[in-house]
Amino acid sequence: MIGYLTAVFAILRKDLAVEWRSRQLLAGMLIFTLLVILIFNFALELDARVRSEVSAGVLWATFAFAGTLGLNRSMAFEKDGHALDGLLLAPVDRSAIYLGKALANLLFILAVALFILPIYSILYNVNLLNLGFLLVVLLGSWGYVSIGTLLATMSVQARSRELLLPVLLFPVLIPVLIAAVRASSFFLQGLDSSYIWPSLNLLIAYGIIMPTLATLFFDYIVEE
Amino acid sequence: MALRSASKTPRLLQVLNFLSLALLLAATWMVFFYAPREAVMGEVQRVFYFHVAAGWIGMVAFIAAAVAGVLYLIRPNKKWDIFSVAAVELGLVYSFVNIAAGSIWARPIWNTWWTWDPRLVTASVMELTFLAYLMLRQAIEDPERRARFGAIYAILGSLTVPLTYMSIRIWRTIHPVVIGSGDPGAKGTFAMTQPMLVTLMVSLLTFTVFGITLLWHRVRLGWQADKVEELHIKVMGM
Repeated sequence: MIGYLTAVFAILRKDLAVEWRSRQLLAGMLIFTLLVILIFNFALELDARVRSEVSAGVLWATFAFAGTLGLNRSMAFEKDGHALDGLLLAPVDRSAIYLGKALANLLFILAVALFILPIYSILYNVNLLNLGFLLVVLLGSWGYVSIGTLLATMSVQARSRELLLPVLLFPVLIPVLIAAVRASSFFLQGLDSSYIWPSLNLLIAYGIIMPTLATLFFDYIVEE
Repeated sequence: MALRSASKTPRLLQVLNFLSLALLLAATWMVFFYAPREAVMGEVQRVFYFHVAAGWIGMVAFIAAAVAGVLYLIRPNKKWDIFSVAAVELGLVYSFVNIAAGSIWARPIWNTWWTWDPRLVTASVMELTFLAYLMLRQAIEDPERRARFGAIYAILGSLTVPLTYMSIRIWRTIHPVVIGSGDPGAKGTFAMTQPMLVTLMVSLLTFTVFGITLLWHRVRLGWQADKVEELHIKVMGM
């Protein structure tokens, strides 16, 4: 167990170190999120009346799009440098590789959220500093990366991989996105708590089922 | 094995071909002439029989594809992969018939072709998931890896099936639940009479038999495609 966790954190540390040295991925994701919000601003005419209702949707759509950039890259550089082959040679359970990668992706997406939420708050004068909402961001992001990391490992081994990932990911992700948007808008608009639970339950269930399935399947995906 | 393609069509499959045709004709006749006209909705309610039958068998096909996926992962054998693709394609066609028929019914009853109701959303997500499955397969050249990835994605995708089935039973919806009790806000619910129930059952039987027939043909085609691919690899490899 200790050895397993050591392996997970070794992968996580490696990914963070790679990112710390290049800072390519986070920089790209951050600029991209700003651009997406800019586009939403004009597409939806985010005036004061509309934005209180659509903030949750805009933010989650932004996370979902930015997340695919991160997922694509996190596996692509392993594949391109043949680093994945090296990782697979390591005498650890392969699901440790998956978990380490998923945690790294979670940190990247949370970093994007930490960056964009204050900016969004300032730009649109919406208070996003809400404990419930931040919890939803955490749960939703975990659901997102838990399945996203698995599918990215799959799509990176196929042709037209950058195109394939969102096509594979979004249909399976829709339950998470719907639940996350609902739960977020309930917290942001301060509605009755009885509406929140179905969405939160779905997020929690998804956050348990998907990583479990993914740890089972990961071995089959990297098998040569 | 029986499902493997031979040069000649198996006897049982020939029987199924004719049985499917006969059942399709009979079911169509029953839908139009045997089943009574529904008092409130009128003639358009007749869409219901094929709509439900196609939806049901579509979901069964997706589940079958996922089961074949599990079997493949346990013991890799080409036959499960070939069966899995065939079942997914069948499910896609049936689910599309289901959605299209529902849309035709919804136009006069809900006064719109489409609405973002939980049932309609989950059904279209299910359809999109398995379209993505086909895209995934197309993007992988190595047959063995394609089968492995396909199996995993079919299993993940099959999670959308219970979600679709349950959607009208757990969320607030305007989609009617004819069998069992549904949301009181549903529009277009009706009570089935005996001839309606019989017609529905015959439609279900028809779509099941027709589905099995199509599946079998598709599996045979799958074996032939596999053979072509093997020959292709052999030629290219030289």
